Amino acid sequence: MSLEPIEIRKIAYLSRLDILDQDIPTYSRNLADILTLVEQMNDVDTTGVVPMAHPLDMPQRLRADEIGEISELINREYLQAIAPQVESGLYLVPKVIDY
Amino acid sequence: MKEKTISQLSIGLAAKEFSSKELTQMFLERIKKFNPLLNAFITVTNDVALVQAQAADRRRQQGLAGPLTGIPIAQKDIFCTNGVRTSCGSRMLDCFIAPYNATVVEKLNAVGMVMLGKTNMDEFAMGSSNENSFYGPVKNPWDLDTVPGGSSGGSAAAVAAWLAPAATATDTGGSIRQPAALCGLTGIKPTYGLVSRWGMIAYASSLDQGGPLAHTAEDCAFLLSAMAGFDPRDSTSIDRPIPDYVNTIKQPLEGLRIGLPKEYFSDGLDNAVAHTVEIAIDQYQKLGARIREISLPNSHLAIPAYYVIAPAECSSNLARFDGVRYGHRCNSPKDLLDLYTRSRTQGFGDEVKRRILVGTFALSAGYYDAYYLKAQQIRRLISDDFQRAFEYIDVIAGPTSPTVAFNLGERVDDPIKMYLSDMYTIAVNLAGLPGLSLPVGFVGKHPVGLQLIGNYFTEGRLLNVAHRYQQVTDWHARVPNEFT
Amino acid sequence: MELETIIGLEIHAQLTTKTKIFSSTSNCYGAEPNTQACVIDLGMPGVLPVLNQETVRMAVMFGLAINAEIASRSVFARKNYFYPDLPKGYQISQYELPLVRDGQMIIELEDGSRKAIGITRAHLEEDAGKSLHEDFQGLSGIDLNRAGTPLLEIVSEPDLRSSKEAISYMRKIHQMVVYLAICDGNMQNGSFRCDANVSLRCAGDQRFGTRVEIKNLNSFRFVERAIEFEVERQTNILKSGSRVIQETRMYDAYKCETRSMRSKEEAEDYRYFPDPDLLPLLLDECFISAVRADLPELPDAKKQRFMTQYSLSSYDAGMLTSSCALGNYYETVVAELGGNPKLCANWLMGDFSAFLNKENREITDSPVTPYQIASLLRRVQDQTISGKIAKDVLEALWFGEGNVEADSIIEERGLRQIIDTSAIGEAIEIVIESNPEQLAQYRSGKGKLFGFFIGQVMKILSGKANPQQVNKLLEEKLKE
Repeated sequence: MSLEPIEIRKIAYLSRLDILDQDIPTYSRNLADILTLVEQMNDVDTTGVVPMAHPLDMPQRLRADEIGEISELINREYLQAIAPQVESGLYLVPKVIDY
Repeated sequence: MKEKTISQLSIGLAAKEFSSKELTQMFLERIKKFNPLLNAFITVTNDVALVQAQAADRRRQQGLAGPLTGIPIAQKDIFCTNGVRTSCGSRMLDCFIAPYNATVVEKLNAVGMVMLGKTNMDEFAMGSSNENSFYGPVKNPWDLDTVPGGSSGGSAAAVAAWLAPAATATDTGGSIRQPAALCGLTGIKPTYGLVSRWGMIAYASSLDQGGPLAHTAEDCAFLLSAMAGFDPRDSTSIDRPIPDYVNTIKQPLEGLRIGLPKEYFSDGLDNAVAHTVEIAIDQYQKLGARIREISLPNSHLAIPAYYVIAPAECSSNLARFDGVRYGHRCNSPKDLLDLYTRSRTQGFGDEVKRRILVGTFALSAGYYDAYYLKAQQIRRLISDDFQRAFEYIDVIAGPTSPTVAFNLGERVDDPIKMYLSDMYTIAVNLAGLPGLSLPVGFVGKHPVGLQLIGNYFTEGRLLNVAHRYQQVTDWHARVPNEFT
Repeated sequence: MELETIIGLEIHAQLTTKTKIFSSTSNCYGAEPNTQACVIDLGMPGVLPVLNQETVRMAVMFGLAINAEIASRSVFARKNYFYPDLPKGYQISQYELPLVRDGQMIIELEDGSRKAIGITRAHLEEDAGKSLHEDFQGLSGIDLNRAGTPLLEIVSEPDLRSSKEAISYMRKIHQMVVYLAICDGNMQNGSFRCDANVSLRCAGDQRFGTRVEIKNLNSFRFVERAIEFEVERQTNILKSGSRVIQETRMYDAYKCETRSMRSKEEAEDYRYFPDPDLLPLLLDECFISAVRADLPELPDAKKQRFMTQYSLSSYDAGMLTSSCALGNYYETVVAELGGNPKLCANWLMGDFSAFLNKENREITDSPVTPYQIASLLRRVQDQTISGKIAKDVLEALWFGEGNVEADSIIEERGLRQIIDTSAIGEAIEIVIESNPEQLAQYRSGKGKLFGFFIGQVMKILSGKANPQQVNKLLEEKLKE
């Protein structure tokens, strides 16, 4: 299937990616090619086939409720040294409008 | 010290023929000399390497050295390394100094290995040619006009040109095995869950798996024994004892049942590659293996299913790159939406964006069942095909890649053609099985790889099957002319 | 046109685990910003979640307490959306296959009748961080300490028909999670909060009307007011012939009104899919039985037992079992006293509760122990002191130091009730002798002067006489 420019814009918005008007045709073509490739799946009837979300057929392993040895994995100064903008220990972003 | 495998270097170190420091310096020299030509490393960690080498030498003096102590290694730049830039081949993480170590890095540090640097890769491991790197393409040491394969192209080129005796790599759809094939190396993608994913930057979480790239199966056995193992920080990590793969590597192959999937020898396979692979199969017959044809009827659906599942998972995995806590942030964002959109648009390259868009689409309301759910069903069928085959064979063999290394730039404008590079490797990831590629000859100056696929947890057997072949051939010991 | 109100609640209860749901970072409230956010909570590249087993135990406990079905297989999914307080760009939650399904909670309506409210599901998920809007040069600050706090989301069926029912249901859920000790119930800190779905339909209609979701209500009063405001707003819309739009609204506590946040058209497409970092959660019967065996006595059962065992009214039993701690306190007092449950109930619900309220204390940090209360009531029971004096003794116990018994205060202050008939008789003699006028009036029929004599006698005896006894003796004397 091919995607209309409006659909490309919608998924670009959901992905928080900006696509220039001039690039829309290229993306449109690329995505259509990929979807055509992907749609070969429709050659096979999969009625009743249990979806396989994961290669491991095993249950989820759980963790004991204990505070871990975390040291630098939780050191704010260390972790915020790589942050683009911080103040008073907070990560700064453009104003969050809580609607 | 030059052109020696890890097992040979290990003997040299033990015999004090040379120190780890000397060995490390030799590789750092080679990197300095040849990396500008290959672009295999994004970051060279001279200082870290020398400190670690000296520590390894001290450890040896104290009698605490293991087989890998003091052996240098290159780390794919997808593994987080504490205090060292971890870029994942992306502008997004160009300035990202990882604040912690991946489990794989910790484990290799723990046995005393020496990190030479961080290798180039397709951005976020998305690609089959290493041309999708923010740091530029990597060249194949066997032919500088061609690609080394991807996504672990930097690791493969570094090892093939002897800038490192071995490297770590990751494989989501073939990213260890395809570059191994294109660069004449041995590489193994273990059973999903064998090697911890903690600290390995996620592309597609249900497919990603780390593993080693080296010259020989024996070297891979040494490395995998050190890399694998249960990790409580990864809840998909498997809790079972890891054997010493080196111990079982010499077993005879008499009676080994090898299956050749007819689907892997049909349309799309280059004739010369097919011929080379057939010769290798003959060699296996001489080694005592019994060869038979098998069928994996849903093979042709592996790429379609993969290009739904991998993009879907990546679209979500890469949502954390938002310019807030780390990574690239655009200049003076005017609002939140602008911060996200511009940071991500600037930070990600084309292929990454394409896959995020495809994945977002496949998961979006109204399309989920037709794409994502359908792909999960196909995944089941593909996995079932393998299980049926393993009822009466031990190992599946076939070409790793349908062609030898292709020219730089040849496929960049044609994503679909690029995707087909992984037509034989992807199904293995979908099923979570172990797969290995080993060099079995050349077409012209280009190496050809043979892929071996085993059932879950048969890494020992795959390494053994590859090792026995390498005992009677020397493809793995060839060195590209310009790098001797 | 008669309209019927349809309400469903989504309650979020933060679980009182030591660590977060997917990381081993402390789950304490109130730390310095971002000091309780490890690499996992921050969504650093390459990190992975590992589920805290305690959250599973707590969710199962809740499920069993509401007679729900516990899923032997449940799945964690990713809910994808961008927001600065959501570090990974997705929230790990349960979507298609939640841990708890099809439970119910019985509420009591105002007329005393009972109604079962269906609970569609309860599932585990992670909380998000917080955006702080103090002005940082026009920017917002993000604190991710709360990110990864375990939440149990409890979703009711649209079975509630009024704000009163909604509050009653919410209180019962609140009581339950606190009883089970899986949530501290602190609404001010956001440990227990709620979204309300409100719609109206013409009475008799089978189909539901368009619903509006009101987000993040963090007090019972807000829930009540927000629903009432919304019902009125929607009623006006419908009565004027317009249509309600499906949207998400927020409640403005200052203006007491709800306000539009976003409409359905702007709604995000969350692209749920199973989280590939987390395998299916499988629970066996053995685990579930172990949790069941560990369940404390639940509020309704406790109330029933109090009614039978202690012959209490429904109201008294309900009050005394409103919290597990109060119920336990009460039972300790009764046991220590060795009976007289009604007396204990009256005191705990009366003067004792008044003290707690006045001092704004929880029963768990009452300065007076149940043993002290029992020592006090023992003396009320055997008439050593009167009820009035007992109040003074309670006050002394409350503000006194150390764990003294009522007896020592009674002795120390000489509060023992006078039951010596001759002492009372003497006092009566004195009163009658010194008030001949009043005596004459009384005897000529002014009966209400009886109170006057009582008062005078009690005055002489410093209030320590037993009122019944004084009554009786005075009556006899005046008849002479």
